[in-house]
Amino acid sequence: MKTAVVVFPGSNCDADVARAIADSDLGPVEMVWHDEGDFKSAGGPDLVVLPGGFAHGDYLRSGALAAKSRIMKAVKSHADGGGLVLGICNGFQVLTEARLLPGALLPNKNLRFICAPCHVRVERSDTPFTKAFKEGQVVQFPIAHHEGLYFLPPDELAALESRGQVVFRYSAPAKFGEPADAGERYSPNGSLNGIAGVINKRGNVLGLMPHPERSTLKNLIRGTDGRVFWQSLGEYFGVWGDK
Amino acid sequence: MNYRDAGLSDGEYNKIKEMLGREPNDLETILTGVMWSEHCSYKSTRRLLAKFPQKGRYLVQGPGENAGVVDCHGGWGMAFKVESHNHPSAVAPYQGAATGVGGIIRDILAMGARPAASMDGLFFGMPGSGRSSALAEGIVEGIAGYGNAVGVPTIGGKTFYDPCFEGNPLVNAFSCGIVRLDRIVSSKTARVGDLAVLLGSKTGRDGIAGASFASRELDEGNRESRGHIQIGDPFEEKLLIECCLDLLESELIVSMQDMGAAGILSSSSEIAHKSGVGIEIVCERIPLREEMEPWEIFLSESQERMLLIVSPDKYEDVRATADHYALECAAAGSITDDGRYRVIRNGVTLADLPVGILGDAPAIDWPAAVPADMDERRAVPRDMKSSDPGGDLLKMIGSPHGSCRRDIWTQYDCQVQLRTAAEPGEPVSALRMPDSDSLVLFAMEAEPWKCRADPRIGAMETMAHSIRVLALAGADVLGMTNCLNFPSPEHPENYYELVQCVEGLAAVCRDMECPVVSGNVSLYNETPRGGIYPTPLVVTAGLVPHYTYFVSGGHAREGDEVYLAGPTSGSLGSSRWQVLCHSKDMRPKGASWMYDAAKEKDFVSKAVLVSRKADIKKSARVVAGGGLAVALAKEVIFSGVGMTIDIADKNPEEVLFSEGGPRALYVIPPASAEKFVSCWKGFPVTRLGTAGGNSLVVKGCFEVSRDDLAAEFFGGGK
Repeated sequence: MKTAVVVFPGSNCDADVARAIADSDLGPVEMVWHDEGDFKSAGGPDLVVLPGGFAHGDYLRSGALAAKSRIMKAVKSHADGGGLVLGICNGFQVLTEARLLPGALLPNKNLRFICAPCHVRVERSDTPFTKAFKEGQVVQFPIAHHEGLYFLPPDELAALESRGQVVFRYSAPAKFGEPADAGERYSPNGSLNGIAGVINKRGNVLGLMPHPERSTLKNLIRGTDGRVFWQSLGEYFGVWGDK
Repeated sequence: MNYRDAGLSDGEYNKIKEMLGREPNDLETILTGVMWSEHCSYKSTRRLLAKFPQKGRYLVQGPGENAGVVDCHGGWGMAFKVESHNHPSAVAPYQGAATGVGGIIRDILAMGARPAASMDGLFFGMPGSGRSSALAEGIVEGIAGYGNAVGVPTIGGKTFYDPCFEGNPLVNAFSCGIVRLDRIVSSKTARVGDLAVLLGSKTGRDGIAGASFASRELDEGNRESRGHIQIGDPFEEKLLIECCLDLLESELIVSMQDMGAAGILSSSSEIAHKSGVGIEIVCERIPLREEMEPWEIFLSESQERMLLIVSPDKYEDVRATADHYALECAAAGSITDDGRYRVIRNGVTLADLPVGILGDAPAIDWPAAVPADMDERRAVPRDMKSSDPGGDLLKMIGSPHGSCRRDIWTQYDCQVQLRTAAEPGEPVSALRMPDSDSLVLFAMEAEPWKCRADPRIGAMETMAHSIRVLALAGADVLGMTNCLNFPSPEHPENYYELVQCVEGLAAVCRDMECPVVSGNVSLYNETPRGGIYPTPLVVTAGLVPHYTYFVSGGHAREGDEVYLAGPTSGSLGSSRWQVLCHSKDMRPKGASWMYDAAKEKDFVSKAVLVSRKADIKKSARVVAGGGLAVALAKEVIFSGVGMTIDIADKNPEEVLFSEGGPRALYVIPPASAEKFVSCWKGFPVTRLGTAGGNSLVVKGCFEVSRDDLAAEFFGGGK
């Protein structure tokens, strides 16, 4: 499995994602500067990651300028060809600005930056990004953003839900043996329907506000639930062969 | 122009004439005036600061560079420093605090280190009073806005509230960075013929003469002086960090210096002075945002600029790297062999000074006088009694001093770079070092009330407290950085307090073998309503060789035994209980715990010993603000289990609320108790009771439920 991490000038989670992927033994990681025309690795990457940060300072709308970056053409054609694209936090914002994912990420309801651990329920375990989770499983992924309120007009939101495009939803903490409640009242940021992560119709482009890479390395704060996220991708690409 | 307008005294001006052998011209007068300001020259404190010890087994780089560096093993060092941004934050809270963060990060970067974490010491007026809330909100947003975007986590800090900070808030910005010991950058390495290259933002008219602004009291007139305030751009700074580290990695630069106070002038003159060479700067080669006079160019404090010293044959490669990061880059001058500081425009020399003159402001020894009410301040009120100890505990836990500050720190990204090993809000901040199992810890402490009551003893308690916190957590002390926040030294009583505080800190550092690696002084913290309490803030760093040794609180379990290591009481003088619950007007009264070197050393060695014992399970915290009662309450809140304590017939106020001294609360499973006690042989250790139930019970004194404690702690502080 080959991964390309796109580095915008103001990305600041690029190295963290690369470390999390390395720590999960997922194979080589290529760092790609935003004004490159294409990925370098032969045959192209299997997974493209748009990491967190403040791509171009985000003084305009978050991700708006980044969506026009030179590398984004290559990201789009990678996605069009069915390749996997993952946008985390600012990367999710870039994906919505680039129209690779529906919706928009508005300023948090309290108009403040929020950095906190939070619980999300895995709504689907049939995607390449979540296949190692159990459906309905509650995991802790930290968030750190100022614009994370996921918004769509009501009819589009209903359509998104009915197509099962919501992959992660803010939720109550897990209770042993009971399904956890999830939804808007658990949104730390006011996100509609408690939406924390969505996938495109085709099922190959995922964006999420929480940072799985921040709960991957051991012996740091905020847990290791993110390991299962990377494990999903490893299993999908058969990185460790048949078990 | 009149030299007084440049901030120079008659004596200083005469000294300049004498050193030059002629009258300086206007530009030379302005340049010297700024470099001789308190902010740039430390003229009032330079001799005092020489009292700080600079010996320690981990010391790599002491004062004299942009930041200190300590050895963290494995070839890695930690650069760290704290610096005030008080005056700018009082005038423009968001930008003042934001550029404080940006400035200290560039100091760390200038050492060749990757900035790895920030912390902030914030001192505000009481919440809800006057301008305080707006100032506090703006300052916190500024720290968040800048720190989050620049990709350096804010991992902890300290907040303190007292009416003396009303209108004169303190913002002490700390940053640290990780550096290969063989890659440390020095500002002493410029060579004749090297180029002086400006990297980063263009120079504009913002923040002109901020340094001299910070060397005066705040009054209503200069509150309007927004021209002195710099505007920060964290996006530019992020690029600057990556570009500079890239240049270092490719060995394209000889040295670098951040441009902080007095911008181009101070960075270029310092590097020339320290390297023992001269420097020539050509005005028209400096990228400008607007048309500016030479004096404005040299004093501008436009943010996000670095001065690079580059060998001419590497310059094209430096430019190419700067282009990659879309940063402005210009060779604006060169290093000369004649020891002169020369400003040139269109071939005309506008200023020609010996480099040394700029770096050698004559020191001032202000007269010191013992404050007239010193004895009164020191006297601990007798027979202080509580009519409702449980209620007092709730009041302290729910006060801005005792309650959870998560409203502040959830606004800071505390995790980026993936090194953070302790949650913000913990008594210590912790970072994992690269390629190793070790942790570097930081403890930020300040005790304005105790320093007001007795500046020497208060400063000793401040410093000793920081070391206790580290030792309890399992760390060996690496070094300390400090920020000395004081009112005007021109009042003899203020100067006395400053001297006493410095001597107090220095004495503890000497005893505990803790070198002072860097620091900053902020004087003139006063408004027409009065000065601040003496507020020396320290950040002490420690090394835990393996993360499994790290000891923290909040792990008590039902059935565990509760111990107090150390004397059963400290001092009620200027304690949180005395100020918040006993005094009618929130005035600190009475000296704090009398520091005792032997006891402190004993505590440190035993606490570290306990931390190394993997077979002793423990949950622990130092007894500090709010005394044993608050330490117990926090253990109850974070562990989710009650405790029942028996203090026998001892004076409950003394035992429960007194502060200071080498004292710590430990909660130990019964199976480990014997081993734990034997570690403390020769040091007082008292079994206080057991963990269990849902309340904190002090037999015969009070009972408060865990839910009530948690409600005050998490909901209080408004």
